Amino acid sequence: MHKVIKAGWRPLLVIILLFIIWELSSTFFEIPSWLLPAPSEIWQEGVAGWPNYHHHIWSTIQLTVIGFSIGCIVGLMVAIALHLMPRVREAFYPLMILSQNIPIIVLAPLLVIWFGFGMMPKIIVITLVCFFPIAVSAVDGFRQTSQELIHYMKMAGASKGQIFLKLELPHALPSLFSGLKISATYSVMGAVISEWLGANRGIGVYMTLASSSFRTDRVFVAIFMIMILCMLFFLVIISLEKLFIKWRPKGEGNSK
Amino acid sequence: MSQLIVENIRKSFHKKTVLDDISFTVEDGEFVSLLGPSGSGKSTLFHLIGGLYEPDSGDFYLDGKKITGKRGSISYTPQSPSLFPWRTVLKNIMLGSELFGKPDEQEARVMLEKAGLGGYENAYPHQLSGGMRQRVAFVRSLLSPQSFICLDEPFSALDELTRLEMQKWLLAIWGQNRRSVLFITHSIEEAIFLSDRIIVLSSNPATLKREFKIPFPRPREEDILLTEEFLKWKKEIYQELKVLQ
Ligand SMILES: Nc1ncnc2c1ncn2[C@@H]1O[C@H](COP(=O)(O)OP(=O)(O)OP(=O)(O)O)[C@@H](O)[C@H]1O
Ligand SMILES: [Mg+2]
Repeated sequence: MHKVIKAGWRPLLVIILLFIIWELSSTFFEIPSWLLPAPSEIWQEGVAGWPNYHHHIWSTIQLTVIGFSIGCIVGLMVAIALHLMPRVREAFYPLMILSQNIPIIVLAPLLVIWFGFGMMPKIIVITLVCFFPIAVSAVDGFRQTSQELIHYMKMAGASKGQIFLKLELPHALPSLFSGLKISATYSVMGAVISEWLGANRGIGVYMTLASSSFRTDRVFVAIFMIMILCMLFFLVIISLEKLFIKWRPKGEGNSK
Repeated sequence: MSQLIVENIRKSFHKKTVLDDISFTVEDGEFVSLLGPSGSGKSTLFHLIGGLYEPDSGDFYLDGKKITGKRGSISYTPQSPSLFPWRTVLKNIMLGSELFGKPDEQEARVMLEKAGLGGYENAYPHQLSGGMRQRVAFVRSLLSPQSFICLDEPFSALDELTRLEMQKWLLAIWGQNRRSVLFITHSIEEAIFLSDRIIVLSSNPATLKREFKIPFPRPREEDILLTEEFLKWKKEIYQELKVLQ
């Protein structure tokens, strides 16, 4: 805990400073609150409005977790398939990259036409934004396995499966986790975007309602909720990373 | 019981011949060292025996069975320790036997203790010194189920005293079960102290230059290092290697 405080006070200070500047300038320049509400107003709405919007948050969390899990599984399976079958990789890798060039905003309404307003199109959107970072980071992790260790395993008589399970998979874990971190934050975005499509609850819905009735303070509440959710997911992934990767030299990445 | 026959091995990389017509035999229970200039192709020979790639011509036989290009027939300590960074020392040394069934954790612990690594069972490789890592890699190959052992400069990163300790320890272990050993080293003294026979390779391309049969009786004690006869052997082999430079 002590360490967290020690490492966290600088960014925290910057954030607090930003809020103070924001607060002061909105009173000083008398900015109307429908244009840009002061942090204090946003805070008031956030506290007072909790009973009105908390069910939206739960719904988004649920959607995110489901979508993210499916995205992870798909991403990992794609990565393993591409890695174990080099021919398939050659054929499908470009397609995978192309899939990321489809603008989600354009694709989303199409998905609604095809799959209706249920869970299906939403989960497809989240999966689509999630699986790519995971698949790419896992494939890279598999491929960057040290040749030395592969040679050792081969000479020791390891089968292809053993080389994969005992060497390439654990070797790819750190890289895989960087992919997971990116995907975790993307998945919250994906969930909110997919809620815009048409849903009856979720932060995305709350946000659309707020902006169409010029409740800018609520829009900001939604924005902060999204940020907090992203942070929470990120933290969960980091704790999992700590749990799974105990062997890395201590102090790596710590700035002194 | 394992005898290795190396028969007319030739290997080139990109038209550059590295090994040229190498033939020799390691008898059952024999300790043979390979001496040769750096870059002469010693490690390459091990990779070929281990089946990592195939020779251009020639064959290897282990106990009469052809093992050319077949993997998993020898136990091997690579020149660089090649430990798995996410495995603890104990898990690392059990890797070789893990590939072929159930590893014996009790035996592994005993071996670690004997190698002077007691207390490091749960350390990760990055927490060890270079010499300790080499010892771990060495113990790993001793615990592998194959009976023929190939060691590629296992003690090169050790200081003089630890090195002597490890050599004595290797001799003691080897004396107990007499597995056949093929040993690569740069140190003439190490080769004489350990081996029954020393094979000197020339370089560019490597051909078999000369063989020395080392007659010191076993078990060997470290005091032979200071005898006249030891020095005489050292001189002779040194002359042989010097001609190669
Ligand atoms: N996979 C490879 N591809 C191309 N050339 C190689 C390969 N492996 C080894 N060589 C070449 O073969 C030669 C012998 O290499 P090798 O590693 O066997 O030498 P060595 O006798 O073990 O040397 P040292 O004592 O320094 O370890 C070198 O010239 C090296 O460049
Ligand atoms: Mg070598």
